[in-house]
Amino acid sequence: MSKELNSIPVLDSIPQWFDAIVGKEGNAFKGLQNVRTSALEDFNRLGFPNKKMEKWRSTDLKNVLSFDYSMATKDFLMKDILEEVFECEVQELDSYVMNLYKGRFVYKESPLHILDDGVIVGSLSAAFDKYPELVEKHFGKYAKTENNAFNALNTALFLDGLFVYIPKNVKVEKPLQLINAVGTTEDVFVQNRNLIILEENSQLTLIHCDDSYNYKRSFTNSVTEIVLGANASIDHYRLQNINNNSSLKSTVAVEQARDSRLNTNSIILNGGLIRNESFVTLNGEGAHADILGVYLADKNQHIDNQVYVDHAVPHCTSNELFKGILDDYARAVFNGHILVRRDAQETLASQNNANIILTDKAMINTKPFLEIYADDVKCSHGATVGQLDDSALFYIRQRGISEDNARMLLMYAFAAEVTQKIKIDSLRERVEDMVKKRLRGELSICDQCVLQCSNPEKYNFEIDMSKI
Amino acid sequence: MLLQIKNLHVSINGKEILRGINLEVNKGEVHAIMGPNGTGKSTLANVIAGKEGYEITQGEILYNGKDIQKMPPEVRAQEGIFLGFQYPVEIPGVSMTNFMRTSLNEIRKYHGQEPIPAKEFLARMAEKKELVEITAKLTNRSVNEGFSGGEKKKNEIYQMAMLEPQLAILDETDSGLDIDALRIVANGVNKLKTSENATVVITHYQRLLDYIVPDFVHVLFEGKVVLSGGKELALELEEKGYDWIKKETEKR
Repeated sequence: MSKELNSIPVLDSIPQWFDAIVGKEGNAFKGLQNVRTSALEDFNRLGFPNKKMEKWRSTDLKNVLSFDYSMATKDFLMKDILEEVFECEVQELDSYVMNLYKGRFVYKESPLHILDDGVIVGSLSAAFDKYPELVEKHFGKYAKTENNAFNALNTALFLDGLFVYIPKNVKVEKPLQLINAVGTTEDVFVQNRNLIILEENSQLTLIHCDDSYNYKRSFTNSVTEIVLGANASIDHYRLQNINNNSSLKSTVAVEQARDSRLNTNSIILNGGLIRNESFVTLNGEGAHADILGVYLADKNQHIDNQVYVDHAVPHCTSNELFKGILDDYARAVFNGHILVRRDAQETLASQNNANIILTDKAMINTKPFLEIYADDVKCSHGATVGQLDDSALFYIRQRGISEDNARMLLMYAFAAEVTQKIKIDSLRERVEDMVKKRLRGELSICDQCVLQCSNPEKYNFEIDMSKI
Repeated sequence: MLLQIKNLHVSINGKEILRGINLEVNKGEVHAIMGPNGTGKSTLANVIAGKEGYEITQGEILYNGKDIQKMPPEVRAQEGIFLGFQYPVEIPGVSMTNFMRTSLNEIRKYHGQEPIPAKEFLARMAEKKELVEITAKLTNRSVNEGFSGGEKKKNEIYQMAMLEPQLAILDETDSGLDIDALRIVANGVNKLKTSENATVVITHYQRLLDYIVPDFVHVLFEGKVVLSGGKELALELEEKGYDWIKKETEKR
């Protein structure tokens, strides 16, 4: 380990945390002890990433890792959490809202629910106790630890997360929402781990929200593994609205079998430092992936999106579209990497990153990248960086719309290319409303993306068009 | 007087485009401004609408007696000036409904009126669509996105109908239109004519004036109005061509 990295207080805490969670005192995930131990070794070998590494050249963690974070290794009382932190009443399972707090699963009665059609939803830790074979078959197989320090750290230290199992031929109509909330009395380090398994011909909509409740500093390291069986289909949304003192590193690793369909959409509204990594492996013919994202950043915010798509077999299609609006001193990074392996003939892949930069101090580092070994493929990539279109601004203003609102309208429209692809009406309206609020500077970091809530005011989807 | 332009000189990047324009438009009148390409017609339209990038070096533009030089374009629009664009801009992601509603409400707000009730707004959209014979659904379509040339021009007149301006300046609205679309556009303009508003039609060809009959025709040449007359001037111009203007100007 280099000298520079010794200034990271968390490094001193990690051995204690590991002892408390995995060692003698720890009780959950006994069967994963070897996996966790080897993950810790991987992390110790890799260390936290630094700017000398190719994939981290434009994202500097030095500042956000300079704080002495703590980790909630001990159990806490569910009742207290429910009352204190969650504004909205935690819903029963039929409304499909799941809550994580400090990386732990929050529940009222039972941590794990088994529905009539065989669907299992609930705490990963509980699932591991009850269905160890099911969990072990997939856990850690897609989010690799050997070359990814955050995946390694998460694997070694995670406390809990969401587990979902959808059996063959089951289509879950109602969206499932996972809310991971930070914001406590201390600077907290959170390792959240989720495992989503979709068997053949099944279907799920998953909304993963990272929210904060106050302005307390936090660092969340979230890893989600998604396995799609043949012809399975998932709509996956990441909604991120955390305070400017908080950092979020969110990894999603997806393994796709034949004719499966992934639609993942990241809506990044606010955050001090956010880095999303998507690893998608198209491992069965006819598989398709849409990987979309929109990011709105201002002040000193830093938003980094890394997308890695592996076309491992022939006849797969993938489509990437990321759009960003950067104001003030904000910085963003886009790194798209499409790998088309030698045998992956008739691959169809596109990659696009478009940005609007509102000031001369804001900055985007964008790097679309294709690595192609097959000869019969159609791949495209592109990146644009620009300002708001002057001729469009004049056109709108000529219709009597003020300059501020004209700019707002154009920015909103720019983001809408991504947000309008949200398939759930109520979620799309909610997100579009949040985007408008964000662009007007009215979005609070405490505005959550919850779909169902006991407070009806939060669900007023009426959009006042005069204010756009 | 609705619009009064006095000795207007305008430059772009130091190059003088308009060299002393004089023009007076009263309520209830239709004016046609003709002239060869590159003679300053669009510049005049843009300057009246308040587009940036033009430098007024001399003269003034009075609208309802007020000097509008320092007014931002949106305020001019709110005051009742409408520009029908030669090249309407595509705005992906902004629906026509949203655009028109925002536009109408901002204009109403400027005049101290409440926002238009949803029902009234929708009724108005339907009524005005009919006026310009738009059959396609506009509700969810983005402004001008994927519209054909003719549809874009119809859409300009549709917006004019929605906003009911006091002064409409139509910049080459006839260019690129087939005869059917031309008839529809002209029809729309004629139906919108009242004793309280005025229209300035900028065109290269006489053809449009078969449908929109002007009270006055002005010929713009090298940044100046070189000839003004009644509608018969347009016919004379059509017959003799712009070379005739050139010669006439040289004679003086």
